[in-house]
Amino acid sequence: MSAVDALKPSFELAVIGAGPAGMAAAVAAAQRGVATILFDEQASPGGQIYRGVTTTPLRRRELLGDDYWHGQGLVDALLGCAADYAPRSIVWAVTRIGDGFELAVSRDGVAHLVRVAHLIVATGAQERPFPIPGWTLPGVMTVGAAQILLKTAGLVPGDGTVVAGSGPLLPLVLAQFAAAGVSVDAVLDTTPRDRRWRAAWRDVIGFATSPYLAKGVALLRRARAAGRVVRGVESLEAIGDHRIERVRYRAGGQTIELACTSLLLHQGVVPNINFANAIGCEQRWDEVQACFVPVVDAWGASSVPGVTLAGDGAGIAGARAAEAHGRIAALNAACAIGRIDPAQRAAAGAAAQADRARWLRGRRFLDVMYRPAPQYRIPVGDTVVCRCEEVTARQVLESVRLGCTGPNQMKSFLRCGMGPCQGRFCGLTVSELIAKERGSTPAEIGHYRLRFPIKPITLGELASLPQTEASEQAVVRLPK
Amino acid sequence: MTVLTADVAIIGGGLHGCSTALHLARAGATAIVIEKNHVGRHASGVNAGGVRTLARDEAEIPLALESLEMWHRIEDLVDDDCGFETHGQVRVAETEEDMTTLRTREARLQSLGYTHERWIDPPELFERIPALARYCLGGLIAERDGAALPYRTTAAFRRKAEALGQRFVEGTRVLAVAQQGQDWRLETSAGKISAGSVVNCAGAWADRICAQVGEPVPLEAIAPMMMVTLRMPRFLSPVVIGTGRPLSFKQTTEGTVLIGGGRRARTDRDAETTELDFQELGASARMVRDLFPVMRGAVVNRGWAGIEARMPDDIPVIGPSLRAPRLFHQFGFSAHGFELAPVVGHVIADLVTRGASDSALEKFSIGRFASPTGSVRRL
Repeated sequence: MSAVDALKPSFELAVIGAGPAGMAAAVAAAQRGVATILFDEQASPGGQIYRGVTTTPLRRRELLGDDYWHGQGLVDALLGCAADYAPRSIVWAVTRIGDGFELAVSRDGVAHLVRVAHLIVATGAQERPFPIPGWTLPGVMTVGAAQILLKTAGLVPGDGTVVAGSGPLLPLVLAQFAAAGVSVDAVLDTTPRDRRWRAAWRDVIGFATSPYLAKGVALLRRARAAGRVVRGVESLEAIGDHRIERVRYRAGGQTIELACTSLLLHQGVVPNINFANAIGCEQRWDEVQACFVPVVDAWGASSVPGVTLAGDGAGIAGARAAEAHGRIAALNAACAIGRIDPAQRAAAGAAAQADRARWLRGRRFLDVMYRPAPQYRIPVGDTVVCRCEEVTARQVLESVRLGCTGPNQMKSFLRCGMGPCQGRFCGLTVSELIAKERGSTPAEIGHYRLRFPIKPITLGELASLPQTEASEQAVVRLPK
Repeated sequence: MTVLTADVAIIGGGLHGCSTALHLARAGATAIVIEKNHVGRHASGVNAGGVRTLARDEAEIPLALESLEMWHRIEDLVDDDCGFETHGQVRVAETEEDMTTLRTREARLQSLGYTHERWIDPPELFERIPALARYCLGGLIAERDGAALPYRTTAAFRRKAEALGQRFVEGTRVLAVAQQGQDWRLETSAGKISAGSVVNCAGAWADRICAQVGEPVPLEAIAPMMMVTLRMPRFLSPVVIGTGRPLSFKQTTEGTVLIGGGRRARTDRDAETTELDFQELGASARMVRDLFPVMRGAVVNRGWAGIEARMPDDIPVIGPSLRAPRLFHQFGFSAHGFELAPVVGHVIADLVTRGASDSALEKFSIGRFASPTGSVRRL
């Protein structure tokens, strides 16, 4: 059905996030007769990968590529199904009530409470931090942000743009730029040239037989049209007084400075674990992907009963794998609320599991090849770690020497991770930095304990929550 | 296995345990502080940081006033200013009923000889707090009150105690406490500890130590909720607290606004987790919106709750065990123990090293919970 205006008070299932996993999950659950609502922060469906697919001003389809337009089919299925779809809705808190949950949802400045029996969290991926010297200067932004501008507003970089980093998104965006007739001054490829593929030989066969090889070769060819590529970049620095003026890099034994007006950075994506973390889902450190990943079973079930995770938020696997994962998660939710039994889940899920397996093939090879080098993940000296509170790597290391043992204590020492983003952006960097200084591992050090509200809300929104009878009772009273 | 020994074993590395360790060092006694997580992990590290004599139970007023004097010289004690700032605390009257409550209290305190709480009429109230909604009818002010940074304070007490030779054992749980001859023997998750005296500073878990010596107490683990906003332009100096409705409200030096006041999260003290109650926070938000119109568009960035102990009569247990020799209790501060920590550490150190304190402690005795048969008495 189309976007809803009023929120009903209860559903069997809430899906959070309208990317490929969330849309596929909502459609599949609705097909099973599960009363479903899909919440999404954006005004239109698609998530990041298909962002603006129904609203983009770009009319030339070849500009964004066929993979992008695949999202149109998912949106059509969503709008044609029985699930409620609530755009512009931020789910900022989850409370367990009995066997189910109560969600606090803000919409157009007003907070609502919605009860559900089961939750599918499909919060997708976010770009990995790229904490190099000068990365907080105006004029430096992420490649993902540049791609959002392209998809939603048809905006492209102007003259004097340098792109730096690694990962599969980079050639895709460069190819889109090239198709739009945009060239960049240079592409600084930071992919390590340490012949790590030899260690990944088991994964090579998977990659060679995967859909990614042909796509990748075609993309790389088209991406080259976007600008001159410098390979084996070993260090990178953004320089400027009040905004970026030039980029300094080291490659092939030489240090080179390049004047520029903007620098676009990207080194892969990591699961957006904030929601799952705040609910209490167990997570593990993935050494190859160098990030925290929630622990899920073959059906996406998390360690928290009643919570299923789907898509890149449960581990980076790409849009098509996420779509299949959404269908799998919907079956898990239908099973958890008793609509089908495990045998029916297995039978109905076989096709989606096979589809997902097909799209997972070759991913490990990409993970190994594009694992960012340590100097781009673990900053030193006065490089900013926490952008919100302007905490530097040096300050983090000093507080470790003063006895700070982990990210949560770091908040008390430095306000690190306590600004507007609440550690969403610096969490990974802080864990790796503390681990390195203490001679430990991120697995041992752990991640920030994330707190509700998951996204900032106004006091007015909080005040608009319905009052309860108990709310005047459970308080500590002062003496008269 | 080696046995650690000290004059005193302190169970619990919250602010009170750290303060007692520091005062014991000054009195020449060695102490080991045993902490199951890390120092300041729960309420001590994340409370509202109120240094408040305002609105105290009458029984606590002498200790609170003595402690306030220590706060004003806190750097002499711990070599750190603890972020202590003194802009006063004001308890506002929102209704005629609130006004009666506060004026009656002022008269009562004056009859007892206390002058630290003073009624202020609307003109002075709005001069001191220009952002306050004009429907307020006045308030009680404690001008020498203020606020400090809780984690920094706890860390400062710990560092000073350590500098004076006390030992802190973190990540270590006390499994059993028993007398052995003239000494106490503590079984911990990291080995045995032998000490002449034991101080029970175990906060929300203190009743478990009491139970081991046959001295059960009706302790409730509570988790008062706090929330904080993004930075805002400076609009408030004093800490503002409520009268008829619960609230504690202050703007930090960074500009963030801290909202608390005793509304509680659900808590599981065994799992050491808290779950915020957003409808309760919604009630706090409504009160803030009423009192401070400037806050309507404020952005709430984070909510949390620290686990601590509450006694049925909302005042702490301070003093010797009535069942076991050389065991001292220091817990149950019922969401207002932060301000008291400097003085109570001193009181307990006196009890341990001299066998007596200059402060009157009868009202804080654990004996108030004992029935003639020795079982728990419900209030």
